[in-house]
Amino acid sequence: MSSPVLEVSALTKHYGGVHALDGVSFSIARGELLALIGPNGAGKSTCFNIVNGQIRPDSGRVRLAGRDITGLAPRHIARLGVGRTFQVATVFASMTVLENVQMALIAARGQVFGLWTAARHRGHGDALALLEQTGLAAFAARPAATLAYGDVKRLELAMALAGDPALLLMDEPTAGMSSDERQAMIALVRQLTRARGLAVLFTEHAMDVVFGHADRVVVLARGRLIADGSVEAVRDDPAVRAVYLGGASITLSQTP
Amino acid sequence: MSFESLLFQAVNGFASASGLFLVAAGLSIIFGVTRIVNMAHGSFYMLGLYLAVTLAPLLGEVFGGALGFWGGIFGAALVTAALGALVEIVLLRRIYAAPELYQLLATFALLLIINDAALYFWGPEDILGPRAPGLSGSVELLGRRLPEYDIFLAVIGPLVLLALHLILTRTRFGRLVRAATQDREMVAALGINEAALFTAVFALGTGIAGFGGALQMAREPANLALDLSVLGDAFVVVVVGGMGSIRGAYLAALLVAEVKALCTALGLVEIGGYAFNMSRLTLVAEFLVMAVVLVVRPHGLFGRPQPVQARRGEAEAPLMPLDRRGRLIALAVLVFFAGVPLLGAFISYAPVLALDMLIAALFAASLHLLMGPGGLASFGHAAYFGLGAYGTAYAATVLGLPTPLALAVGIATAAAGAMLFGWFCVRLEGVYFAMLTLAFAQIVWSIAHQSEEVTGGSNGLFGVWPDPPFDSANGLYLAALAITVIGVVLIRRLVFSPFGLALRASRDSRLRAEASGIAVEKVRWLAFALAGLLCGAAGGLFAFAKGSISPEAISVGRSIDGLVMVLLGGVHSLMGPLIGAGGLTLLQDMVMRESPYWRGLLGLLILAIVLLFPSGLAGGLRRMRRTS
Repeated sequence: MSSPVLEVSALTKHYGGVHALDGVSFSIARGELLALIGPNGAGKSTCFNIVNGQIRPDSGRVRLAGRDITGLAPRHIARLGVGRTFQVATVFASMTVLENVQMALIAARGQVFGLWTAARHRGHGDALALLEQTGLAAFAARPAATLAYGDVKRLELAMALAGDPALLLMDEPTAGMSSDERQAMIALVRQLTRARGLAVLFTEHAMDVVFGHADRVVVLARGRLIADGSVEAVRDDPAVRAVYLGGASITLSQTP
Repeated sequence: MSFESLLFQAVNGFASASGLFLVAAGLSIIFGVTRIVNMAHGSFYMLGLYLAVTLAPLLGEVFGGALGFWGGIFGAALVTAALGALVEIVLLRRIYAAPELYQLLATFALLLIINDAALYFWGPEDILGPRAPGLSGSVELLGRRLPEYDIFLAVIGPLVLLALHLILTRTRFGRLVRAATQDREMVAALGINEAALFTAVFALGTGIAGFGGALQMAREPANLALDLSVLGDAFVVVVVGGMGSIRGAYLAALLVAEVKALCTALGLVEIGGYAFNMSRLTLVAEFLVMAVVLVVRPHGLFGRPQPVQARRGEAEAPLMPLDRRGRLIALAVLVFFAGVPLLGAFISYAPVLALDMLIAALFAASLHLLMGPGGLASFGHAAYFGLGAYGTAYAATVLGLPTPLALAVGIATAAAGAMLFGWFCVRLEGVYFAMLTLAFAQIVWSIAHQSEEVTGGSNGLFGVWPDPPFDSANGLYLAALAITVIGVVLIRRLVFSPFGLALRASRDSRLRAEASGIAVEKVRWLAFALAGLLCGAAGGLFAFAKGSISPEAISVGRSIDGLVMVLLGGVHSLMGPLIGAGGLTLLQDMVMRESPYWRGLLGLLILAIVLLFPSGLAGGLRRMRRTS
């Protein structure tokens, strides 16, 4: 069997006396949409930032398709095929929507140090195709600063896809969106995952998104992994109910 | 070198450390609470010294020498603090919400104004103060005589450190200061009178600086160059110690002062058959200390990473290539400048003035590459102007190289310097970047001043005349025009190239840029080196245009001229700095040379720009047109 797209093993990170992460291990296969959930302070962001290279773990390994990438800089990890979107979507505000995607393509292709020829023609067609896929083609010439927030999130997704990543890290992909936008966004991610054979790791607070769309769910609480399994298995797990939901039934918040 | 002389210098180092600490501590406290880097901080130190040498004899006549001396020191500190409070209320309150760059510029304008005010009140001559009554003797230590006053100064630093520590930990005011340093919004939300707190903190910080200056009364005369030299030192100390940390400031002050003292104590040293005069390497030592600390701890010994601050002000509009009209205007301007030699037949001064404008335009355009697309406001761009000018002048006079080759040497010198200094600078952002660039520029300036055998010291190098065909006013002018046009076209192409896009991306969002695979620091380093290279060309042309180069021409004033040019025209387009360069050159030529106080006038002009047109003249005019 080929190695999983992402495999984290025994990740541990302390801040002073606090265990932000304590021996967390899981893996993601190609084409899989994995939700990482947990109450506030469970260690989701720490886990994300370690995979992305923004934080170095105290111990443990991160492997991308079998290759050890622990402790590499974010830009190296990006170039190895890890796309990332942020909880508060950030794009390059002084550029047009098209230029944003072109920039991401230029960076992914290692053409950043081209000093003479204009960037305008670099990856023009590919950038338009990505905007088409994310439903932003009509906005190509607009300044990114003028986009509505939902569209900024889509633009960020288009940019994260520019490097043709094997793995997509999405920190709360639907935060700050209306209910309709949320469903449209996650449906888009779902469809891209299938079409491109992507592996997606995402955190999410919206339970309708998690239980309606994820293939598998990993639950963290106080830095420890307490459940890892199918949506159904996690929903019925008593430990998850106790820690995460305080014992309440999870079906209440599920709106498929 | 003996153990005794080493010890002697060590005590001396402690005395100097106290002075450095007093300036840096105030700077640090003010930044912690108000998030403003007070560029005029050295000015308050200088004012403290001037006030002390004025007050001490006056008080001495009434109360006698001892009371006069100490009364003069404390009086000077109090008056400085009061002036600080006044400045906070009148000026700073208006700019707390302004972009960082404008805050830096506004306080720098203050530096210029205070310097000219001091010139007006006290005149250009150095003023000596009285000696310290009761401490004017010296103590025998291991067979050498240590001035008592130095020992006193060595003790003062730790005492002030202790006092500040007690104030910050034991009083309500101190708690507020610490709370505001950690989370300003929270303090505001808790309903604390922020305005009063900010005024008090600014008064405290400037008061300590004034106290530090006044204490120097018995050691050095009051003079007008103190503000900038102290500011440069204070920046080094703060960058080394970590912004916002008081004990960091003391440790860093001690480290810097002791390393300098050590160099002085070592004197002539022989290494591998070569004799080095270590006492003249104090500046290089200071640079090395800073470099080592920054490599190991980028935020200083006790500093913490600056929280990511949202970019203030609206996002820029996307850059577009020039349309037909824009291209026609650019062509018309080019044709006009190419025709200036013809104009010279009627107005003989025209080519000279136009040459100044071209040099200024290239200088401003190179700075704009960093400031605009790069979002990195350098307060020390004069360093690369100076390296270019000195490199060219040295190659042309001492080495006797032909003109084009000499210019190439100058450009290479500037590029090499920019690569060296830039490597450190691009690790930092925002105000830290501004401080470090300024500190490096101070170092270049001091080296030009000190290394007499290479740079000619304070007289500089002269007789830097170009060979034929560049020896006529028109010949040099046309060559400068060609170089400036090449430089501007190069910058323009860079901005639209993949590299330029990556530079703008790194400015817009460093996080996103890194996550997309852009090596932000490498991109910025290359931009820094290219800006330095083009700036060096401007410096080389300047040396040939004036026939000489001296430290005067590469002082911080030139860095600020560059900033003003860029801001006059607006940061957002390359046209802006070019217009600003032309405008400021004309203004300096026509108005400011007429008055001995033109630096102060420049300061007032900067304040006017900052307060009236926070987005530059071009932006301001655009907004006025829209509202009318």
